[in-house]
Amino acid sequence: MSWLLVLPLLIPLATGILCLVLASRPAQRVLGLVGALSLLGSALALLIQVNARGIQAVQVGNWPAPFGITFVADHLSALMVLITGVVAVAVALYALATGDELREHLGYYPLSQLLLFGVNGAFLTGDLFNLYVWFEVLLLASFVLMILGGSKAQLTGGVKYFAVSLFSSILFLVAVGLLYGATGALNMADLATRMGSVAPGLLTALAMLFLGAFGLKAAVFPFFFWLPASYPAPPVMISALFAGLLTKVGVYALIRVFTLLFTQDVGFTHGLILWIAGLTLFLGVLMALAQGELRRLLSFQLVSHIGYMLMGLGILSPLALTGSVFYALNHMIVIAALFLLAGLLQRLQGTTVLVRMGGLYRSHPWLAVLFLLPAFSLAGLPPFSGFWAKFTLVAAGLQAGQYAIVTVALLVGLLTLLSMGLVFAEVFWKDAPQALGQAPGGWGGLVVPVVLLAVLTLGIGLWAEPLLGLSQAAARELLEPGRYIEAVLGVSR
Amino acid sequence: MNTLILKTTSRFLFTLLLLLSVFLLLRGHNEPGGGFIGALVAVGAYALFALAHGLNAARKLLPLPPLRLVGWGLLVALVSALVAFFLDKPLMTGVWFSLFGVKIGTPVVFDIGVYLTVFGALLSAIFGLEESAHTQEGS
Amino acid sequence: MEILLAFLVGGLSAVGVYLMLRPHLIQFLIGFLVLGNAANLLIFTSGRLGSQFPPLVQPGGTVLTPIANPLPQALILTAIVIGFALAAFGIVLFFRAQQVLHTLNAEAMPESLEAAPAPSPVDEVREERR
Repeated sequence: MSWLLVLPLLIPLATGILCLVLASRPAQRVLGLVGALSLLGSALALLIQVNARGIQAVQVGNWPAPFGITFVADHLSALMVLITGVVAVAVALYALATGDELREHLGYYPLSQLLLFGVNGAFLTGDLFNLYVWFEVLLLASFVLMILGGSKAQLTGGVKYFAVSLFSSILFLVAVGLLYGATGALNMADLATRMGSVAPGLLTALAMLFLGAFGLKAAVFPFFFWLPASYPAPPVMISALFAGLLTKVGVYALIRVFTLLFTQDVGFTHGLILWIAGLTLFLGVLMALAQGELRRLLSFQLVSHIGYMLMGLGILSPLALTGSVFYALNHMIVIAALFLLAGLLQRLQGTTVLVRMGGLYRSHPWLAVLFLLPAFSLAGLPPFSGFWAKFTLVAAGLQAGQYAIVTVALLVGLLTLLSMGLVFAEVFWKDAPQALGQAPGGWGGLVVPVVLLAVLTLGIGLWAEPLLGLSQAAARELLEPGRYIEAVLGVSR
Repeated sequence: MNTLILKTTSRFLFTLLLLLSVFLLLRGHNEPGGGFIGALVAVGAYALFALAHGLNAARKLLPLPPLRLVGWGLLVALVSALVAFFLDKPLMTGVWFSLFGVKIGTPVVFDIGVYLTVFGALLSAIFGLEESAHTQEGS
Repeated sequence: MEILLAFLVGGLSAVGVYLMLRPHLIQFLIGFLVLGNAANLLIFTSGRLGSQFPPLVQPGGTVLTPIANPLPQALILTAIVIGFALAAFGIVLFFRAQQVLHTLNAEAMPESLEAAPAPSPVDEVREERR
């Protein structure tokens, strides 16, 4: 059934369209949640299908493979779509509890569905130019979401985000154009079979263009400064969606392109990726330690931990890629939980500036526990999902003899713990700097999605085998592109 | 703008342009034309009418607010893509059938969706800009 | 001809990047348009000028010889429409930025948001109550 593959695209699109057509706010709210839940369900069905029957491909419009547009779902795509569904449900619940009438009126629900549509399209497409189009779909949706409501901070951040995204789009377009010129193909499976005929020097140059384009999207060193300047600006129901999903699309594209297409000069390209990973890890966490505002701090943590995913890609062994995929999945859940929690704390204390917060341990001790779950997971302490992710990566690094990056990874884990500990001390442990007013009513609903995500990261940590096994299957497929190529090109022949 | 010539001719031109836009839409399958171009011409018709008779008069000639039209247009396009489901073919496969000797198919329906979407999106942009220009003059 | 177009693409890219690096946002936007045109020309050129890759035909159909490769044109058309949408959004964004921030000079915009972390409307109400 090829239709299962396109359901994660059709559901957000249909939901978004219905939101536009119905236009009444209560209907949109219900639709937002129903859409996210059915997206999660369809993603789960897709993953089960991929796991049972191998890589799935569908030729849109029934045009045969290298000519038409192909959608492909292997383990990596299906897993990414699944976690997208999880984040979508959590954010939908949060948005429901926030009740931000201004932004709901301005079209939050159709736009967030459009964003999910673009993200899933990018995960599922098997065509490089089509990937560009999906990037633009999700970018346009994210531009509008970024400045939705038009506050001063949002516009300042939005201008930077817009400028950087435009440049990376053009870089991507140029890279696609040159690759097409060199090979005459755009279908990724078809491209993979033709890479051998291109001059190696040209290929490496092209690889660098793609590294630049996707690196900007994924916010890795030296391209990460736009992210902390823009992500904290919009309200949390928007920035949690961005933090959970958008950079991971860049990471996904990097993993896809640098396992399927550019594996000719691994010593240079993947060595460079390893350097980038190390610098991103280290600089990100150092910057995070220097921040005094919670959401900016989390943005730098987000940047820093992108480095872990690249680390696995740079080592390029089955175990390392398993770690990368698992880390990406775990990180989407954890960082979304932390952003949502930041929004909850802002609702409670009226600010996210750390010095002005405090005293929460005394008033809400269970909230402190709730914070520690994703925070420990981010730092990689057992028994949370982050521990297994880091453990796999470190084991892979030791196996490959990459001791430098392993040292950096372990050190960054410690520094993350320090940074999260500082947040805990500032927000929960120390006394409140001034008498804070009572929290406005109706914030209880905001806890629900955070609890869900926190329980999920604990659950994955305690019972890591299934997800780890799936990540392993994803890594195996990535390292044997033959199966991907066969699934795409062999389907209709 | 308050000239008699524009006011009088814009009524005729409005109808003519709308007819032209529908013509372009339907001709688009095998010859130059299509939903996108057709919608641009239709937007031109409404923009001209708004210029001559004011924004409110132009709004009255619309069945729905422009942004709702975008939603309906997307819905039409989506439905045309889903028809293939019932024939067990992949998404967006073109399905053709004959109605009283006229060939009708999902690509045409998709084009109508494009027409409505582009029309609604551009019109809401133009109306929005026109409105903000007027409020700035007024204030 | 390819050489000529290559120089044109290079020149346009240089102009585009220079403009994009200017602090003024309108210059940035014009730079984006120029660079976008350079990218489109590049796709056009890398799809080969002339008719080395004629359009696909049914097996046994006649290949029309003087017809160019249609794929780059389709790609460029898509890229143009997307670029058009992005530029239109950019104009509106900068218009709003000018209204709210009273400047279009990127260097004059505040670097960090720490002084005023984006409040949600609920919190704005709380601030007013104090």
